[in-house]
Amino acid sequence: MIAKRIIPCLDVRSGRVVKGVNFQGVRDVADPVEMARMYNADGADELVFYDIAASFEGRALFTDILTKVAEEIFIPLTVGGGINTLEDFDRVLKCGADKVSVNSGALRDPGLIPAAARRYGSQCVVLSADVKRVDGQFHVFAKGGREDTGRDALDWIARCVAAGAGEVCLNSIDTDGVRGGFDLELLDAVAARVSVPIIASGGAGKQEDFLELFRHKGIDAGLAAGIFHQKLLSIPQLKAYLAKNGVEMRL
Amino acid sequence: MIAVIDYGVGNLFSLRSSLRHLGLEAAVTADPEVIRAADRVILPGVGAFGDAMEQLERRGLVPVVQAEAARKPLLGICLGMQLLFEESYEYGRHAGLGLVPGRVCPLAPDLADPALKVPQIGWNALELLRPQDPLFRYLRQGEYVYYVHSYYGKDCAASTLAVSEYSIPVTGVVREGWVYGAQFHPEKSGDTGLRILQAFAEL
Repeated sequence: MIAKRIIPCLDVRSGRVVKGVNFQGVRDVADPVEMARMYNADGADELVFYDIAASFEGRALFTDILTKVAEEIFIPLTVGGGINTLEDFDRVLKCGADKVSVNSGALRDPGLIPAAARRYGSQCVVLSADVKRVDGQFHVFAKGGREDTGRDALDWIARCVAAGAGEVCLNSIDTDGVRGGFDLELLDAVAARVSVPIIASGGAGKQEDFLELFRHKGIDAGLAAGIFHQKLLSIPQLKAYLAKNGVEMRL
Repeated sequence: MIAVIDYGVGNLFSLRSSLRHLGLEAAVTADPEVIRAADRVILPGVGAFGDAMEQLERRGLVPVVQAEAARKPLLGICLGMQLLFEESYEYGRHAGLGLVPGRVCPLAPDLADPALKVPQIGWNALELLRPQDPLFRYLRQGEYVYYVHSYYGKDCAASTLAVSEYSIPVTGVVREGWVYGAQFHPEKSGDTGLRILQAFAEL
């Protein structure tokens, strides 16, 4: 059967991997190419690269880093951050990305997801949504989690999937960086609404958090950054633990 | 030299990089002369079946691929594998290259577990039905490979070398003579995928 995926996320700024805590107070960790090599050797199932500052500063993407990684690492690579147009898709796909994740770009231009899905196929288009509770409701946030769009997150995600997003990466701002576990309430609500694969992001602190995550139906992958980068949790150890507890893993 | 057929369908970056990584000489080409001169051929592809056949036809490559398939090892990958079959039912009915008996059908209505997601996206274990096949020279039973697909090869039991379980056995690898097809992406399947490409280069 299909395995659940463990995905380290590399947030890149100025050619270095950084990891924010609640999206603020960014700390430098390491060289992205070196880290990609290490995670590939450790059995990561996929790698995600985000240009975290791109949507804010409108910078061009880190295509040379991506090219270097894609030339020697042969697992799926997803790229996000500052994807606003089909030209942005084209640029990162030519540098070896397999999937492209859109966030603020889809909020600004509702035509982006359907156009990208038509040109590259749904399997290539990942909707990344930053979600936070506001007055007891899930809201979508834009610009790296800094701006409340006021939109209902569940409606927004369902709409993007109907428009052609082939996967959803769901990041809970409430649990991000806190390391108290994934936002299962939010994940369950989204899993009940869409039938495409869901990648859970935000809140992983220990291996038990992943086990609890995969016991919830409809969640296909767990994504984390800091706990992997800081070696608080090793991927081989995590995957062995999950496999021992009955979760299908690629070992 | 391996000719990787470039007919405007899908992203060839990873395939080209993985062949280079293995030290294999490859030409990404739509030139019939280069394809004829190659000692093996890879037919990649991502997207819709009908569009892909149309792109091959437009470049005059259908008879070239059919003729070369009888003379040298050929590997179809993902949609390239599906094109090897006789016909597909993706958005209407389309004739394929007819190199492998069978047809390409949607995965969703055939799944025994309707809660499973389509497309199948992710790593699935490859069950080798004929582990002694030379393509599997460097593989162990049950290694994981990376799939992204909504359609699959059907009515091809006699040609099937490997399957992956997705509530039903999904056709993973087929072979008819020197013509091989892999539904998954060897160029995205980590070290396992590289060992499949290496074995193909040694056929």
